[in-house]
Amino acid sequence: MAFYVVQFLTGLASAASLFLVASGLSIIFGVTRIVNFAHGAFYMLGAYVAFTLTERYSGALGFWGGIVAAALAVAVIGVLVEMLLLRRIYHAPELFQLLATFGLTLMVEDLVVLIWGPDDLVGRRAPGFKGAIDFFGQNIPSYDLFLIALGPIVLGILWLLFQRTRWGILVRAATQDRDMVAALGVNQKWLFTSVFALGVFLAALGGALQIPRDAVNHAMDLRIIVEVFVVVVIGGLGSIIGAFVAAVLVSELNAFGILIFPKISIILVFLVMAVVLIVRPWGLFGKPEAPARRTPGLTVNPWRPLTTNERFAALAALLVAAALPVLNNPYLLTVGSEIAIFVIFAASLHFLMSVGGLASFGHAAYFGLGSYGVALLATKAGLPMIVCLVLGPIVGLLGAAVFGFFAVQLSGVYFAMLTLAFAQIVWSIAFQWVSVTGGDNGILSVWPANWAAGPAHFYWLSLGIAALAVVILRIIVFSPFGFALRATRDSPLRSEAIGINSKRIQWTAFVIAGTVAGVAGALFAYLKGSVFPDNMGISLSVDALVMVLLGGVETVSGAVIGAIVYKALNIWLVSQTDLSKLVLGGFVVLIVVAFPKGIVGTLEALLHRRRKSASSSASPLLASRIESAE
Amino acid sequence: MSMVPTLLSVESLTKSYGGVHAMRGVSFELRAGEILALIGPNGAGKSTCFNALNGQIIPDSGRVRLLGEEITGKKPRLIWRMGVGRTFQITATFPTMTVRENVQVALVSHGGELFNVWASTAKHARDEAGRLLDLVGMGAYAERPCGELAYGDLKRLELAIALANQPKLLLMDEPTAGMAPRERVELMRLTARIAREQAIGVLFTEHDMDVVFEHADRILVLNRGSLIAEGSPEEVRGNAQVRAIYLGEGLVYDARHREGASA
Repeated sequence: MAFYVVQFLTGLASAASLFLVASGLSIIFGVTRIVNFAHGAFYMLGAYVAFTLTERYSGALGFWGGIVAAALAVAVIGVLVEMLLLRRIYHAPELFQLLATFGLTLMVEDLVVLIWGPDDLVGRRAPGFKGAIDFFGQNIPSYDLFLIALGPIVLGILWLLFQRTRWGILVRAATQDRDMVAALGVNQKWLFTSVFALGVFLAALGGALQIPRDAVNHAMDLRIIVEVFVVVVIGGLGSIIGAFVAAVLVSELNAFGILIFPKISIILVFLVMAVVLIVRPWGLFGKPEAPARRTPGLTVNPWRPLTTNERFAALAALLVAAALPVLNNPYLLTVGSEIAIFVIFAASLHFLMSVGGLASFGHAAYFGLGSYGVALLATKAGLPMIVCLVLGPIVGLLGAAVFGFFAVQLSGVYFAMLTLAFAQIVWSIAFQWVSVTGGDNGILSVWPANWAAGPAHFYWLSLGIAALAVVILRIIVFSPFGFALRATRDSPLRSEAIGINSKRIQWTAFVIAGTVAGVAGALFAYLKGSVFPDNMGISLSVDALVMVLLGGVETVSGAVIGAIVYKALNIWLVSQTDLSKLVLGGFVVLIVVAFPKGIVGTLEALLHRRRKSASSSASPLLASRIESAE
Repeated sequence: MSMVPTLLSVESLTKSYGGVHAMRGVSFELRAGEILALIGPNGAGKSTCFNALNGQIIPDSGRVRLLGEEITGKKPRLIWRMGVGRTFQITATFPTMTVRENVQVALVSHGGELFNVWASTAKHARDEAGRLLDLVGMGAYAERPCGELAYGDLKRLELAIALANQPKLLLMDEPTAGMAPRERVELMRLTARIAREQAIGVLFTEHDMDVVFEHADRILVLNRGSLIAEGSPEEVRGNAQVRAIYLGEGLVYDARHREGASA
């Protein structure tokens, strides 16, 4: 009995940090409508800075002074980020904001390693809370008791802040109706900045307070952000009470889940989240989200199938690509195969994201399921390659069918967070279920059959499947189903009013996208000859997002170009620098701020403008008509 | 008139939000080919009634039947499948498609082809989409991006979309809101013509009394959730209770006509 009580208290203590970070995310979202992916990075920075301050400068500040100073210092960084970056993209589609803050996260991950080194850092213990209290033979660290008390205290302070101060009233008003608050003459800029500062302060404080409990490391940002996303999805975005209740719930589920499913405790959290989402899609304390800002609008050009000339050009490009083995350079062929595989992967996400308006932040899950499907079938069942290539993607299909069913119940940022959480769950299973997946060591010796073993043969196989996948996806885009999917994205209201079952259409699209991603993953397993949990990791999901954005969301062929450019650049960068994440993150931020239309989108816009100016000089009447229509 | 079958029958619909009774026992009937206006001051329960008919809200009690078949509480998309087309107060169309494609999507849905992943939509029911666009006078704009259209054209496009399932009943929520006066008359004349030709029943809500009295065959007047008057435009105009409750807009209408008569 005592053991369970202690387990419960441990859960409560973990909830404190989780609550701090989640409430910060919720407050920022409530006012600015930005889902701050970088929140995990600020949490991590809080921990690192606190480590330095408490180790090196503990004389001047003392331990507690160091903790608070660290949180304040990171809040200042947050303010700079808000003023320099976020202010430029408040009016961009949500997806771009998520991506920009993700880019920041990538940069911080490398910067942290650069400054503090790659090794785990063990901080000192809190003065006054070094011991443990004996509870019927079980030890409870006294620091845990401090954290348990801290959670409700912070909740109370936040409550007072929002209920009793003028600033708090403004924040609550802005949470309900930003435009009205602006119309009343409130300086929104500084309101947003101060809210962001508070949110980041809370995240950094959460990180700083972890140092007596846990080692500080450079992967803690992604771990916390996934848990935080789960917390806010359960509790409801924008609700502080919700964040508190859900943080306790998730922490307790983790604490007791370990007793029930020692290997895959995260399953339990997932089940609870699924139940909450079915019963209350907006979380326990959340309110239904206002309709998502329209992602289209970057361009008004309706999509059209390729003209005959363009088809010949695409075919010619494919033939040139197929001639690559002439150069007789095996390394180049391996790179080419990898690029072809990523074209498939990016095209599958593009289908979901651009056509369906569903930005999955966990698309790698289905890529990884395809990889693991192939690896398990090939090594454990000993099936031939051709059978594996067919059956592997079916694993992706099944995963997409299960997760997609839940994910399409939501939209916008909730959809993004949920897909990310699903991907992380799949990743954890691959990581923790060592007896089947080999855990961190992965599954080795997944070699292609003889007929595909040569670099040229494998390259042709990948290229052929990539071409096929892209053609099939394009056919689907222009099929009745593709139009129905676009209809659900363009206007859910009108879709429903003409008899379209949006959820089923979106679910089907999710399954199609997951299956195609599974095809990419299956090929990837054979290309590398092995699979690892990273095949379904967050960074892979984001790679796919960046490829789509780089090419252009509002284009049909953007994903192909985006994948080729990004993957080539990526492979080159990794070979050139150790700081690839820093460069990549900077790159992502740059795209979002400077080229929101992507490569293909920007080219199309340029062409369109040239055509338009040409036609307007020919027919002033037509031009004036368009102007008035706008 | 009595030979024409009852298309829509609404029986004592009730809906309250907290303590507010948005509808208390609203009953009426609508016949094929008839144009029925639902009017009332702000907060009278027009939108609640409208949304209860098209499935966006579920009434607390009461029944709605279309040609004898119950549709109460059904989802909007199922109600559409039973032959109810609708237009919205603020137009809802697909801005990233061309005008023709907008109609084609509705035709695809009507034809049960939504899950067809292989055919080409461009070829699907192309002529039929063209016919519908011609019918509402949008044929010349067929290849235009929908996002570029002026508001009045969007309203006409919505009408074409709403007609794609060969509806028996057309629900129009403030069809002329936000349009220029001449466009209003054109749109309502067009609607009336289509309704007569194809024997479609039309129910619309409207704030513009000129439109209502000019184009409706019959008028229902809602106030505080209850139906207080029902009849031809002349009957409703002469109704003392309507005048008393519906003071503002009714007087404006009368005054304008008197001016017209004296001039």
